[in-house]
Amino acid sequence: MNSYSYTPLITLLPLAGFVILGIFGRKYFNKTGGLIGTGLLLISAILSLYTAYQYFFVNGKVGDTYQTITAVKFTWLTFSQHVSIDMGIILDPISVMMLVVVTFVSLMVHIFSLGYMHGEERFATYYAFLGLFTFSMLGLVVSSNLFQIYMFWELVGVSSYLLIGYYFDRPSAVAASKKAFIVTRFADLGFLIGILVLAFYGESLDFATIIKNLSTAQSTQFVAITSASFLGISAITWGLTLVFMGGAGKSAMFPLHIWLPDAMEGPTPVSALIHAATMVVAGVYLVARLFPLFTINESALEIVRIVGVTSAVFAAVIACTQTDIKRVLAYSTMSQIGYMMFALGVSSTGGENGLGYTASMFHLFTHAFFKSLLFLGAGAVIHMVHSNDMKDMGGLRKHMPITHISFLVACLAIAGVPFFSGFFSKEEILLAAYHSSKTVYVLALLTSGLTAFYMFRLYFNIFWNKDTEVHGHHGEGTFAMKLPLILLAVLAFGAGYIPFGQFVSTDGKALESEFHLAFSVAPVALGLLGIAIAAWMYMKPNEKPQRVANAMGGLYKAAYRKFYIDEIYLFITKKIIFNLIGRPAAWIDRNIIDGLMNGIAAVTAKTSALIKGMQSGKVQNYALYFFGGVAALLIMFIYFWRP
Amino acid sequence: MQQELLLTVIIFILLFLKLGADNIDSKKLMTLVNVLLAINLAAGFFFNQSGSLFGDMFYTDHLLRLEKSILNLGVLIISLQSVNWLSKHQHAVEFYLLMLSTLLGMYFMISSHNILMFYVGLELASIPLAAMANFDLDKKRSSEAAMKYIMSSAFASGLLLFGISIMYGVTGTLSYEGLREVASDSPLFLFSFILLIAGFGFKISAVPFHLWTADVYEGSPIAVTSYMSVISKGSMIFVMASVLFHVFDKIFFTWYNLLAVLAVLSMIIGNLFALRQQNLKRFLAFSSISQVGFILIGMTSANPQGATSVIYFVLIYIFSNLAAFGVLSLVSTEKGKETIDEFKGFYKTNPALTWILAIALFSLAGIPPTAGFFGKFFLILAGASKNNYVLITIAALNMVISMYYYLRIIKAMFMDANDNPIEKVEISLSPKIAFVTCVAGIVITGLVSGVYDYIFSLVR
Repeated sequence: MNSYSYTPLITLLPLAGFVILGIFGRKYFNKTGGLIGTGLLLISAILSLYTAYQYFFVNGKVGDTYQTITAVKFTWLTFSQHVSIDMGIILDPISVMMLVVVTFVSLMVHIFSLGYMHGEERFATYYAFLGLFTFSMLGLVVSSNLFQIYMFWELVGVSSYLLIGYYFDRPSAVAASKKAFIVTRFADLGFLIGILVLAFYGESLDFATIIKNLSTAQSTQFVAITSASFLGISAITWGLTLVFMGGAGKSAMFPLHIWLPDAMEGPTPVSALIHAATMVVAGVYLVARLFPLFTINESALEIVRIVGVTSAVFAAVIACTQTDIKRVLAYSTMSQIGYMMFALGVSSTGGENGLGYTASMFHLFTHAFFKSLLFLGAGAVIHMVHSNDMKDMGGLRKHMPITHISFLVACLAIAGVPFFSGFFSKEEILLAAYHSSKTVYVLALLTSGLTAFYMFRLYFNIFWNKDTEVHGHHGEGTFAMKLPLILLAVLAFGAGYIPFGQFVSTDGKALESEFHLAFSVAPVALGLLGIAIAAWMYMKPNEKPQRVANAMGGLYKAAYRKFYIDEIYLFITKKIIFNLIGRPAAWIDRNIIDGLMNGIAAVTAKTSALIKGMQSGKVQNYALYFFGGVAALLIMFIYFWRP
Repeated sequence: MQQELLLTVIIFILLFLKLGADNIDSKKLMTLVNVLLAINLAAGFFFNQSGSLFGDMFYTDHLLRLEKSILNLGVLIISLQSVNWLSKHQHAVEFYLLMLSTLLGMYFMISSHNILMFYVGLELASIPLAAMANFDLDKKRSSEAAMKYIMSSAFASGLLLFGISIMYGVTGTLSYEGLREVASDSPLFLFSFILLIAGFGFKISAVPFHLWTADVYEGSPIAVTSYMSVISKGSMIFVMASVLFHVFDKIFFTWYNLLAVLAVLSMIIGNLFALRQQNLKRFLAFSSISQVGFILIGMTSANPQGATSVIYFVLIYIFSNLAAFGVLSLVSTEKGKETIDEFKGFYKTNPALTWILAIALFSLAGIPPTAGFFGKFFLILAGASKNNYVLITIAALNMVISMYYYLRIIKAMFMDANDNPIEKVEISLSPKIAFVTCVAGIVITGLVSGVYDYIFSLVR
């Protein structure tokens, strides 16, 4: 027994909420379901904070290095001699950090929803789904092995499917949830094969064992995985790239990002939970979890870097043109996650070289707070004006002061204005990029300027600009909606002051983050410039935005249409896959198999069905196919494929 | 032999009942039969003799006993589910006589230790099945299905028997032990072997031996369809696993590639056809073809993990598929509706049945935490042990495609509007027990690791 034996409770309490509310919710707790769910999660959050305290300050450190502690572990089943499947909870700096982030943000969302979802018909069901999602996400972050992480990974997908599709009477919500599910499933296919490759060569499913087996040069497993190759690429590159493909799907990285903007159809607090702080960063977390393997394989790491930086720039450009406020936030999330990804991509391991890794985790941490704050703020705004479109908003600062201030704090944080949390983490990422690759650095800098611009475009359009008539019947929302905004605003400001390098680094040792004043000049100046342009264009109602859009012409239009990525996918799936494979298959079924039956059936319609069945030639046909199959196999295996 | 004897005794009890009492109350009869089947299932766990009989024609051990018990469980569930249908049927006893005869045939197939014995068991398992397919006596489609089945089956048996005779001609022996010694990759032996595989393939409806499946499944009464797709198929899979692993292990190269080809074809073709189906019975027929593809992937591993995964998956498949067929059976018997469009808005009127069907489909699609996820994961993990990643990639890709069409039904039931949804269907006690068993099975078989461990401990 160790002192962490209570940790399963952290994950199991939300599950209990799901079971209770899922089974009895609609009958007994439809009014009080929210309080039950929130209460359980509160306990879970307190336990997480306690765990973090204990781990970081009491007994996580041996010497000057943070250890990986296995809090709970049991063998679930033994698959073969090498591979046994375990269920367990491991605590290391990143999993403990994620525990805190997930439970805290989830708690805020639970509280916010008490006001936001009040009066919904399926109130208890909503909380049941929230509980299920939180459980799966927590299970994912504490996973000790690949099987467990894959299982929870899928479970996260299912529960987010349920949450996005919560408004199942809206066709767009249904379509969105299906899209999200199918796209991420497709990515998970890569993940699954990646797991199999790594598990096969690493001879284990356990993270620690795989990493040990595969990263020790000259070990038999290492030699095997680096020498085996397929299509000229070594097995380890394949394995890691495929695993990364799963991560990229969940984290909405280019080009697998198409589901994220549509997923905004779900209830807004859900977006705050899933699409800001938890599920979408799962991909980053996965790469971080397997980071020691990525560092020994430069090509896989390069893919991470390229995909990350592409997504960051690409999404930032699109975000500048969208008018649906939730979509702006969605693209902004994608861009920020791109930041975290390439930060991992430019990192290597050990001491100063691991700065990118620390910075990535740091940005994940701060981003969770300010982005969920932005989503919740957007939720409050939508609650007020009953629209998602910027055109219907403006001048709201007078009507909702608390939302206004907290939203402003979040915008300043994400724009990287000094003294706010985003500044610190972004600065570290830029520094890491600067030391590793100048191209990445320049692109990141550009993105940072764009980020400031589109966030303040959003801010001025909502809270300044023209005045809107607000049918002010319910004011700014209940206390339950304001409290999370305030708490998150405090963190969005202050989370950056945590000396993150002390706790999270590639080798578990403290990493002193240095602060270079000169280095910060460029990003801060660009950020302020972005804010200034946004203020110039959007603070007052005027014609400038239209003129700029016209001047940009094709580029604006392309960005507005999200660079036609959706259309390309649609073209490939509908026109190519559907026509080339689906149609012929259906055609054979309809015309040859059924058609033969029906055609001849029409002639002999008057004779009995029994005779029709026999005379149609169909059974003979079947026999013919059968025999053809046998003959083909015989020829194949006797003449061509004999050992 | 005890299981076979007990089943024979049950068959005779029913036979005498039929001959002795003319107007037996159908409700009471059903109860009696179900109790007998439950006893049969329970008794299977107490028999524990291993060994061979009749000059090594017949062989049994713990694993085979478990396989038979799995089939017994499936038969009991089907029987419970079809109470509504059978209690209106005037020939209920005959139905059971036929069904239990085929089950006996499957026992002999599983326990055979001689290929001729296997053939006898196979015929006993096939011919009464055709009569069962005809059991909706007043429906022409049902007769058509029966006719098609018996014709196709006869054709497949003919080729199989041809293969067996050539095998005997080449080797001079038909016992498994003898064949194991002399199996070789000479052309003539491979010729007979491939004919044998074609016979297997017919029963499990692997592509290209699957063409009869859709028509027969659609035309037969649902109870028979579920029996064919689960029990009949499952028994043949058990036989395949043990025969390929222990008799033909010397020609592994050939059957590995053979199974790989069949698996790829089955998954792809089954999936593509399933995508476009409107009738749910036909849909499940095609989806079951693609499920067989996955089972074959697990079988290619030729190691104990593979054998365990296959048996484990069949167990899960029984629960999932029977839950789905059970819902369909109730709705079809009571309301006569079978197409996906008619199931739109099903959730509004029948929430409980919708959830059961949804869980079953989730499990068939392989989504955690249902057992189907574990089943498929283990099959693929076993298949990956041969390091053939092209095969595994195709399998994983097909998992995604299948996800799409299973979701389509779930979406129709939960989310699509329908002015005229299927009215509320009452669930009587027996189907209720069956549903609880299935759902519990879907949840527990996956999460409780003991099931897998137990099977693994029995696999040689």
